[in-house]
Amino acid sequence: MKTFALAGNPNCGKTTLFNALTGSTAHVGNWPGVTVDKREGVYKGGAEKIEIIDLPGIYSLSPYTPEEVISRNYILDEKPDGIINIVDATNLERNLYLTTQILEMDVPVIIALNMMDEVEKSGDKIDVKALEKAVGVPVVAISALRKTGIKELMDKAAAMSSERKGATVLGGELTGKIERARQFFAQEEVASPLFHAVKMLENDEIELGHKGAKEVLAEIAAGDDLEAVIADERYKYISANFSSAKAKSKKEVLTKSDKIDKVLTHRIWAIPIFIVILFFIFHLTFSENLFYLNGFTESQGWMPTLFDPVEEGGLGWEENFGTKLLACIYDGAVFSPGVILTNLLNFILDYISEGMSLFIGVCHGAPWVESLVVDAVLGGIFAVLGFLPQILTLFLFFSILEDTGYMARVAFVLDRIFRRFGLSGRAFMPMIMGFGCSLPAMINTRTLADEKERTATVRVIPFFSCGAKLPILTAMAGGILAVFGAGNVDAITFAMYIVGIVTAICAVLIMRNTTLKGETPPFIMELPAYHVPGFKNLMLHLWDKTKHFVKKAFTIIFASTVIIWLLQSFSWSWEFLLQDAQELFEADPVRWESLAEIEGLVNVRTNESILGSIGMFVQPIFTPLGFGSQLGKAFGWVFAVAAITGLVAKENVIATFGALAAVVAGQYIDWEADEVATAVAMIGGTGITWQAVIAFIIFNMTTIPCFAACATAKGELPKGKFKWTVLFWVVTSYLVSALVYTVLSWWWTAFIWLAVIAAVVTFIVLRNIGKFDILKIFKRKKKDEKVG
Amino acid sequence: MTKLLSDFAVGESGVITKVNGEGRIRRRLFDMGVTPQAEVKMRKKAPLGDPIEVTVRGYELTLRKVEAACVEVDVK
Repeated sequence: MKTFALAGNPNCGKTTLFNALTGSTAHVGNWPGVTVDKREGVYKGGAEKIEIIDLPGIYSLSPYTPEEVISRNYILDEKPDGIINIVDATNLERNLYLTTQILEMDVPVIIALNMMDEVEKSGDKIDVKALEKAVGVPVVAISALRKTGIKELMDKAAAMSSERKGATVLGGELTGKIERARQFFAQEEVASPLFHAVKMLENDEIELGHKGAKEVLAEIAAGDDLEAVIADERYKYISANFSSAKAKSKKEVLTKSDKIDKVLTHRIWAIPIFIVILFFIFHLTFSENLFYLNGFTESQGWMPTLFDPVEEGGLGWEENFGTKLLACIYDGAVFSPGVILTNLLNFILDYISEGMSLFIGVCHGAPWVESLVVDAVLGGIFAVLGFLPQILTLFLFFSILEDTGYMARVAFVLDRIFRRFGLSGRAFMPMIMGFGCSLPAMINTRTLADEKERTATVRVIPFFSCGAKLPILTAMAGGILAVFGAGNVDAITFAMYIVGIVTAICAVLIMRNTTLKGETPPFIMELPAYHVPGFKNLMLHLWDKTKHFVKKAFTIIFASTVIIWLLQSFSWSWEFLLQDAQELFEADPVRWESLAEIEGLVNVRTNESILGSIGMFVQPIFTPLGFGSQLGKAFGWVFAVAAITGLVAKENVIATFGALAAVVAGQYIDWEADEVATAVAMIGGTGITWQAVIAFIIFNMTTIPCFAACATAKGELPKGKFKWTVLFWVVTSYLVSALVYTVLSWWWTAFIWLAVIAAVVTFIVLRNIGKFDILKIFKRKKKDEKVG
Repeated sequence: MTKLLSDFAVGESGVITKVNGEGRIRRRLFDMGVTPQAEVKMRKKAPLGDPIEVTVRGYELTLRKVEAACVEVDVK
């Protein structure tokens, strides 16, 4: 089977052409060592099948971005049978710049001239025959969107001869210089000597790595700025031959794109418009009160719930298949599309769980088998799958913003702010997505070109408190209000969000000045014309993400969930600790009154579990955070245990409290029904201070995120960075919580913290300007000692 | 009159005469079509004054003022 690679500029319709060529055979992987999508597929429309590799969108073959290095190495090393160079006819000049470089390689090339229909519509003409003659390779006019010309393109591609010698458009004074450089590489016996030769004259870092190349270049260039000359010559050649027709007719009239741009990047309105768009995206994904139809505050609510009795403002309906299905869309308020999809999925998953329970019951399986299958295996997978609809909805919206070209404008508008932290405006999107869910946010960091910037961004995304952490915030804040009679739930919640954001900003600043030091990446990019995103492209994109996510749910996340379940449900002597709620209630109705309504297995002996003893063991570590040894041996470990179960999914923190309340307060609390009561029971039962409760919230917000997010981070970070990232999360959460706890408990400790922070900052600054070098000072001391 | 691209007012245009700057930035500017003799027109500034948007070789390019300061332009 022949292999062809698709190469071209970003935004030239390459993805559309790839999808049109490969259809359902496409699959996505990663290029080795980097997180750039590698998409492959098979074209079946011709006499024989052809494998298509989609190279990343690039402007040039210089090694400026990872994408450019990948494309260059692929063509040089993997030696495909040919390159299909897709060229946007509406932007011929810049697109052909890449073409002139590809032509210098020893590889058969065919040019697909895309969007010719648009050129003709605007009254322009491009002479395909003349272009073909000038570049010396076949040129076919196509429309990837309308799927015209594709068959002709592929037939011609298949018929190309398998050998082609590279040729350059550069001439004049350069001819002799290029020839001398070419001879140098010909002696080295590398493939495509012409390409290497021209790149060397362009001062290319990779080529100058060849032995002796620097000397040869110095001799040939003789002080001339060949880099500028070559770039200029390429463009001169292009404009002389092809752009005369194009450039002139670029009328000074405002295009539709310009008009949209006038509004969206307006001096005053740009930022407010952006905030409104963001609000709608989050509202449509997460809101349980669509468009505030049920009033803006709880007291304004007028819509009845479905199942509550009539006197409590409900309809008093009976729960059955039909009404439960309706409750996915409406129950006391109209839900947003994201919530409706989540409910529908959970509706189905609940039936599967129930069915499995019944099945095991019928087979007379042991209770621990039922718990393993239903709680651990299904529960673990479903907990993760349950997020999927909202993750995908969020992803869909952000993909639309990306595909329309708006995302590039957002980066344009916000770059000024983010540059201060050593990031580019692009880093804003993934961070803001983090408020919804860390997973799509981390995947979205792929739009960042600079690797260090990406690593820093992935690391701080969990600090932007996600939707699953909200119950921890509201429940604990409610608990503080109920137990200590002080504070305001909204104010505490809001303050916690701010602490997260401030932590993220500080962490980025520190990393960009120490471990991830590097210049602020340059911000030189194309602002593509606005266009309506292709529905098919969007769906294919989402389908890729779904596959990726489901695969993870079934592997790493699943395994870690089962381990936590094991630790939680068994004692060291492998006794199964979960008990039937009804049996407990019947045996001691007074003590277990709270279990009267609950069916199935409950764990009221977590203190005997392996996890419990781990909690007791690590408890002293949390002393500086306020929920360690000072809470006493009896129940002090519950916070440590809750934090550990939170790793499966952050909702579990409160769920664990519900189960642990049985141990601490002697009553089982259905956490789903009353999160605040759960928190109240824990706070009352353990005697924790309110300062420590706040430290606990912050610890959970900033520590290692859920396993699903960890798995994603591992996939998105460069090799070897993940373990440091985990360490970073642990250290950051510990320090921030300790800071908050001590300062809130004893205000004067603020001065100690300030002094320490000032010392650290001074140290970093001095070190970075080279005034302070531990090694040097140490060496000097040794020297002095010797002398002495 | 020669002027740095970063000092351009919105609507001004000219022909690039020289591209300075450190290796990577210069390379990128060349690759994006910012080369001597190319025509460039200042389109707009971002709401916070930086970065800027210019038209070069028939498309819209955005770059920061620090990067635009590498480009010398003969004002038309």
